[in-house]
Amino acid sequence: MSDVAATAEHTVAAGRAGRFAALGDAGIRSVGPIVLALVAGAAILLALGRNPIEFYGDIVEGGITRTTGLQDSVTRMAPLLLIAAALVVVFRANIWNLGIDGQFLLAAAMVAGVGRDLDRALPNGLALGLLWLLAAAVGAVWTIVPAFLKARYQVNEIITTLMMTFIGINVANLFIKGPFRDFESTNVPQTSVLPVEQRLPDIPGTSIHVGIVVALVACVLVHFVMTRTAFGLRLNVLGANPRAATHFGLSVPRLVMVSFAVSGAVIGLAGAAEILGVWGYVRADWNPAFGLIVVPLVFLARLNAIAVIPFVALLAVLSIGGDLAARRADLPNDFLLVLVGLILLFMAVTEYLGRRRALGASYLTEGLVAALRRRKRP
Amino acid sequence: MTESDGSTQPMTTTRAPTREAGDAAVLLLGITKAFPGVVANDDITLALLRGEVHCLLGENGAGKSTLMNVLSGMLRPDAGRIVVDGREVEIDSPRRALELGIGMVYQHSTLIPTLTVLENLMLGAGGGLRLDVRGARARLAELAGTLGVEIDPDAVTGTLALGQQQQVEIVKALWRGSSVLILDEPTSMLTPQGVAELAKVLGGLKQHGLAVAFITHKLHEAAEMGDRVSILKQGRLVGELGPDDLRGRSHEQLQAEIVRLMFGEEAKEVADVAELEERVEGHEPRRGRGEAPLLELIHVSAAGDRGQVGIHDISLSLLPGEIMGIAGVDGNGQRELAEAIGGQRPLTAGEVRFEGRTISTLGVSRRERLGLRYVTDDRLGEGTVGSMSVALNLVLKRIGEPPFWRRGVTQRRSIEATARELVERFDVRTPGVDARVATLSGGNIQKVMLARELAFEPRAVIYSKPTYGLDVRTIKAVRARIREQAEQGVSAIVISTDLEELVDLCDRIAVLSRGRLAGVVESGPGVAQRVGELMVGQAA
Repeated sequence: MSDVAATAEHTVAAGRAGRFAALGDAGIRSVGPIVLALVAGAAILLALGRNPIEFYGDIVEGGITRTTGLQDSVTRMAPLLLIAAALVVVFRANIWNLGIDGQFLLAAAMVAGVGRDLDRALPNGLALGLLWLLAAAVGAVWTIVPAFLKARYQVNEIITTLMMTFIGINVANLFIKGPFRDFESTNVPQTSVLPVEQRLPDIPGTSIHVGIVVALVACVLVHFVMTRTAFGLRLNVLGANPRAATHFGLSVPRLVMVSFAVSGAVIGLAGAAEILGVWGYVRADWNPAFGLIVVPLVFLARLNAIAVIPFVALLAVLSIGGDLAARRADLPNDFLLVLVGLILLFMAVTEYLGRRRALGASYLTEGLVAALRRRKRP
Repeated sequence: MTESDGSTQPMTTTRAPTREAGDAAVLLLGITKAFPGVVANDDITLALLRGEVHCLLGENGAGKSTLMNVLSGMLRPDAGRIVVDGREVEIDSPRRALELGIGMVYQHSTLIPTLTVLENLMLGAGGGLRLDVRGARARLAELAGTLGVEIDPDAVTGTLALGQQQQVEIVKALWRGSSVLILDEPTSMLTPQGVAELAKVLGGLKQHGLAVAFITHKLHEAAEMGDRVSILKQGRLVGELGPDDLRGRSHEQLQAEIVRLMFGEEAKEVADVAELEERVEGHEPRRGRGEAPLLELIHVSAAGDRGQVGIHDISLSLLPGEIMGIAGVDGNGQRELAEAIGGQRPLTAGEVRFEGRTISTLGVSRRERLGLRYVTDDRLGEGTVGSMSVALNLVLKRIGEPPFWRRGVTQRRSIEATARELVERFDVRTPGVDARVATLSGGNIQKVMLARELAFEPRAVIYSKPTYGLDVRTIKAVRARIREQAEQGVSAIVISTDLEELVDLCDRIAVLSRGRLAGVVESGPGVAQRVGELMVGQAA
């Protein structure tokens, strides 16, 4: 992870030609595995006696070409992008915040739990603003224990964040079944519902709530901070070489606490976006489990908050359009996970091959590479 | 090669030599190996004889390591033949080399730092599912006895001093009963005592009939340790001195001859490097007399990392423009001392003063701004971030400070411009300031670190093993830089295990032993001897 963490952006002034070559390379690496996964998926579909062309056509129809499909896909992107942006911050510092679902659900539950009452007491805009802040605060607070344990005692954060997720999910359920429960509604315990007209406004002319705008801004902001600021560089140094961070006089415990809190806060925002934009309430035992599906995407985007956008878009289209396709092909929804898994597998393979090639080249000086190229030509 | 060694079974240190001492254990015939753009080995033929230490001498990049990597199965030659015990063989893997009785000790540690010594040794042992722990313990004790050293089987490897780790490496290479031992730059991390100990160990191995190949770029080592010296230059074998040549001449003649073979007409240029001189006599202390001390340590103590000695009750004062040496066997508190002064390690007692004011509680950055700098010896481990550019590495101790950052935003132009200037001033050989540091050679990484620490008005600089692992030319450049800084009034603390280097550079030399100050010696005639006495006196 360390060498992924500090890639090209922080090398001052890469040549323009080099940048284009890198873009082309990145293009091949992102499109190649998708094509391969679609081919492999087609083979499986054929084996199951389904028509792969129809199936893929249905995905495109359900996820993109149908108006509601495209809008649903974009809407789905909002929480995924916020989570991705949050993970870029910690992963660059080589901190494994895997407590995503706990932070997300707890923030969502709090927002849903106090949402309607707050909205009745305050003007809508102010209430929504406070709810965003509340979500961020809840997400951040839920990282304090693992962050402190890591900063102070070097306790492995993978374990602590996973445990905190376990606790967080159940605490969220406790709230939903207890103080937040709306007894007027259904048999399944759930919070009160924020009326549709009181939720996040849609982008004019669409049914896409403005959460996507917040998410895109967050991606751009995270990218800027991680590549162009002192704070981002400190996190990159910590991620690439923690001993060097100490040598350079960086306060490692503080960086751990702060980056954890930032990522938790942004994941909390994802929870707010999903509740304030889409659902309006949380039902007991609801858990979309966005966390672990976003983690590999963030790595495949090389911990780059901008590059992760197309990956997330693809995932959103697959999950929205795939619903329709699976229904029509009379396949269980799980087949989509097979497809997603295949894409991730092929991405990892191309990444590995590409990395090996790049690694070999990186040890040669530019002059030497040029000399070799010249020699090859007659 | 019919016998297949059980993992930990053989109770003799080495295979019984099948032939007499003096027979060729290994013949390398016409070995050629090219890398893109470089011919690392060009038609090299040489023999490793039983009962002989064969030194391969040459500058960095002369092809010594490549040749030995071919023999140890790490690389396959483009052309040439290898004959082991009179039979032509193909060595296509390190495993095959081990089967043939060829063990190699690499310059860089191949041990897994989080495992214990015993676990590391059992890793390569093969065998079935069950680990023969008792057998391994016995084998380790036996080999350690042969080497004349003590090794704690249960020590976590990463906590051992580098010299001890090397002993474990040698044990590992001999584990399965090798009859040929290759040592790649084995002294680069050893103290003078360690080198003497190694010489003793080699003597023992010779008596057991082993053929030892000893890679080095230090002339005096080759002359002292070798029964035979082969000199490589730019991938070619340019000369070989046999036992008769070595015996027949005086030390000076020998070194002059080797210098001529190694450098040809360039000999004069490098002849003043300290290690070419037979014995450096100290010089009169010349700096900072009668002035107020710049840096003072008053009864300073600090804890060591797990398994390492800390420092206890150290009092020192450094005058302006003075170069103070810290001598001692590696792992006696040198790193802890440097980190305590640099601000990386909290004190448990005592006080550090800079210009009369206490700085004990200041962090690295604050001390950095006062002009107190620390050039660490762990260049890639903590001194630089290998995956980042040269330019960024040059300012990593100033993150967030103007003019490189304004309101927290990176000013690339400013960083780049400063980097270009520093690269020029400190003669860093790099394709550009945007090249990743990890792609540079060790010497150039050292120059990047020097540039970072010596730029922006240094007042006092701690150098930890500043020339460790560097080639002759870079060593010369680094030492010149330290002297030049001292001339300008910048004080220095030079930590080194190379006593000659300290004698050559320093005005005073303090000796560290088990984390305590054994004494301070003023430079002057006989200083090396007095320092040596302090080191030995405390070691005994």
